[in-house]
Amino acid sequence: MADEVTLSIHRGTQESGSMVEYKVPRQPGMVILDAVHSVQAMHAPDLACRWNCKAGKCGSCSGEVNGKPRLMCMDRVDKYPAGETITVRPMKTFPIIKDLVTDVSWNYEVNKKIPPFKPKAGTDWKFSQEEANRIQEFRKCIECFLCQDVCHVLRDHSKKEKFGGPRFLVRAASLEMHPIDDDDRLEVVRKELGVGLCNITKCCTEVCPEHIHITDNAIIPLKERVVDRHYDPVLWLWRKVTGKG
Amino acid sequence: MNKYEQHEYDVMVVGAGGAGLRAAIEASAHGAKTALVCKSLLGKAHTVMAEGGVAAALASADARDSWQVHFRDTMRGGNFLNQWRMAQLHAQEAPDRVRELQEWGAVFDRTKDGGILQRNFGGHTYPRLAHVGDRTGLEMIRTLQDKGIHQGIDVFMECTIRSLLKDGDRVAGGFGYWRETGRFVLFNAKAVVLATGGIGRCWEISSNSWEYTADGHAMAMWAGADLVDMEFIQFHPTGMVWPPSVRGTLITEGVRGEGGVLKNKDGERFMFRNIPEMFRGDYAETEEEADRWVASVIANERPDARRPPELLKRDVVARAIRREVIAGRGSPHGGVFLDIASKRTPEEIVRKLPGMYHQFKELADVDITKDPMEVGPTCHYMMGGVRVNPETQESTVPGLFAAGEVSGGMHGANRLGGNSLSDLLVFGKRAGEFAAKHAKGMDSFPSINQGEVESFAREALGPFDPAEGENPYTIHEDLRTMMQRRVGIVRSEDDLRFALEELGRLRERAGRVKSGGNIQYNPGWHLALDLWNMIDISEAVTRAALTRTESRGGHTREDFPETDKEWGKRNLVIRKPGDEIIVAEEPLAPMPEDLQALVNKAD
Ligand SMILES: Cc1cc2nc3c(=O)[nH]c(=O)nc-3n(C[C@H](O)[C@H](O)[C@H](O)COP(=O)(O)OP(=O)(O)OC[C@H]3O[C@@H](n4cnc5c(N)ncnc54)[C@H](O)[C@@H]3O)c2cc1C
Ligand code: SF4
Ligand code: SF4
Ligand code: FES
Repeated sequence: MADEVTLSIHRGTQESGSMVEYKVPRQPGMVILDAVHSVQAMHAPDLACRWNCKAGKCGSCSGEVNGKPRLMCMDRVDKYPAGETITVRPMKTFPIIKDLVTDVSWNYEVNKKIPPFKPKAGTDWKFSQEEANRIQEFRKCIECFLCQDVCHVLRDHSKKEKFGGPRFLVRAASLEMHPIDDDDRLEVVRKELGVGLCNITKCCTEVCPEHIHITDNAIIPLKERVVDRHYDPVLWLWRKVTGKG
Repeated sequence: MNKYEQHEYDVMVVGAGGAGLRAAIEASAHGAKTALVCKSLLGKAHTVMAEGGVAAALASADARDSWQVHFRDTMRGGNFLNQWRMAQLHAQEAPDRVRELQEWGAVFDRTKDGGILQRNFGGHTYPRLAHVGDRTGLEMIRTLQDKGIHQGIDVFMECTIRSLLKDGDRVAGGFGYWRETGRFVLFNAKAVVLATGGIGRCWEISSNSWEYTADGHAMAMWAGADLVDMEFIQFHPTGMVWPPSVRGTLITEGVRGEGGVLKNKDGERFMFRNIPEMFRGDYAETEEEADRWVASVIANERPDARRPPELLKRDVVARAIRREVIAGRGSPHGGVFLDIASKRTPEEIVRKLPGMYHQFKELADVDITKDPMEVGPTCHYMMGGVRVNPETQESTVPGLFAAGEVSGGMHGANRLGGNSLSDLLVFGKRAGEFAAKHAKGMDSFPSINQGEVESFAREALGPFDPAEGENPYTIHEDLRTMMQRRVGIVRSEDDLRFALEELGRLRERAGRVKSGGNIQYNPGWHLALDLWNMIDISEAVTRAALTRTESRGGHTREDFPETDKEWGKRNLVIRKPGDEIIVAEEPLAPMPEDLQALVNKAD
């Protein structure tokens, strides 16, 4: 029926879960998160999902809609063909806690490894908007972890001990390129965050809801800086193919 | 061995928004062993959603600004009910707190000479809001979060505190549950800082998230603390009105700060008709003058014209919009039009207001660089809250502190935009500092009363008991609809009395609520428990609103439309000493003469 939406939602835990179908009324302008909330209110009060801002600003409501990593609060229902069931699953890269909620605590651990901002001694704190622009792009990150979800190094190869993932390379870049910062994090970027494991597939950039040029503006420049000290075969190949650098 | 997981801390901070993070950073910098507890993941608190900016008289965009002007603006904004000492400390300390954020890595938009850029906002005499496009809150919370994680603070994410524990008169910690497992957890603490934010989920049309269920307000009241100014709720003039999915979602005042204008369906800029007596002479009186002001702001020059009346304070603009709609001059979906497309170039709009551009494009199919937005008032901010000592942020319960939106006094009857983010920093820091000092002054931990714990645990499990019972979502919807209609922007004695009766019925229904499912990560159960906070605090608001028989700031009475000088001398204080919520009138603290002179200046 046109005035109904059918959803197939993951219910259960990591160990035992299954897809359950629900029907809810369609509303003008409805997003997937609205539909999930309707399911809670009408059929399954205990359906677990995360959200806060409902406006794409907090990065809480990440999930996979019809297999694609999405912010559920920014994903319009009318984008999907009417009458077809929409599947909603939790992010695959992280262990499921329940229903649509995953355990993302690993990300917070990675963040701690990155040394904090360290201002230059005696700075007058003046820098231009042009200098600010470069890192403000990175600082738009809402920590939705969709890039972490989609990155094959984490998703398919489970290299969580060796690779910090695109989100934290973005964060490292935001500090490394800060005009007033005085620290050197390249060893951390190389060893702890494992920048060499990224083979520049750009899947992370494609899913970023903040449209951060993760690969081009953060990861590749970091690779360049690291390579000045150490050899990186991927970057070597990249330069050969693109003629850049 | 204890039955429940238990932790001991010098200072427990409840809430990890701007206020909580800032308090925790300060407490731990003072050597206190500090816990930071929050309902959501770290970095997702409401503060992340703040858009327009943080107010501080840095005077980097206009050298005439000073703490004195900021103080005066804040007092006028709050219709003089503000706790004057808080308003003073806030105006004096905000610049240092903002510069400190920069030193911790925050990257604000820049002026031409490389300093911190500041933008205009409603009620602020000079451009005063340090900002980052329209995502200032994100910048602030991320900066504090990244500072906090290197500071040895223990963070408890997705852990909800339900009740405060007491040892005699003083606070002894908190009782809560892990959202993931549903297991109970006890915190034994020498000092507790409440930084839980607001209460906006009690209303139907709201810019607030699921977290704003009045937890901190209710816990403080239950623990015997005074609440103050509970009748004052800010309805932000510009929420989205269409489609239904985004009804209430905020449109930053920054749109008007950047030149956006409000129009009714006849294309009239109705705010020119709506300048109140107190502000007459401060605002442009013709469109030509208002346009000149915008032009000089864009050119980064000191304006010789007065500012557009769209930048009047929020309560004034919200009421004006409501009147237009009631008079039949509204937009198709019951709002008015906010137009920036005819005032700024598409490139400028996308650069200065990227979030708004994106939000309308994706969620409402409106391109704001071409077409006007439809906007209407949305419940946004709670002025009232825990009554605190202005210097230390300690409540009337020893050892219990409060900072941020959950505290009261600073904003009086109405808050100016941008004054919340600065409030969080100034008083978050103070709360952390004095909580740490309080803890240091204690030789041993307060003791936990096991009987009290057991009764909290029983209560918390209540929603699993009934075989038959009502759905928590239905009760919540009914509460929100009722509060919107009866205790909304404009109130009357009849509506408020009706609301009290309705709240009685909702309380009975909440007593028979059934959550369904099991105890693990169960939002139905969480909401069932939150109903108690929301119903009690809705009652506090309603009783205060009924008592104040005048109109002022965020409290408008249809039956008492005038502002009354006598009421301007008193705050309302709320307490719950037994089963009843009671309201008391208390005189304002007398303001020193030099500050009084500042406030009176040019009035
Ligand atoms: C859309 C929007 C835009 C805004 N824009 C601006 C702006 O431009 N400028 C400005 O000055 N102000 C703005 N505000 C207001 C401002 O953002 C808030 O008032 C402010 O962020 C509140 O901060 P806080 O630290 O008090 O609380 P919050 O940031 O809301 O944090 C509350 C914390 O308490 C936790 N918590 C709550 N209850 C419990 C519990 N029971 N147990 C454990 N933890 C709990 C939550 O998890 C959260 O971590 C805006 C508000 C909104 C909604
Ligand atoms: S570009 Fe690198 S970080 Fe991004 S998805 Fe590909 S491998 Fe992962
Ligand atoms: S970089 Fe983009 S995709 Fe990755 S966490 Fe941040 S906002 Fe999300
Ligand atoms: S709820 Fe905040 S990004 Fe979706």
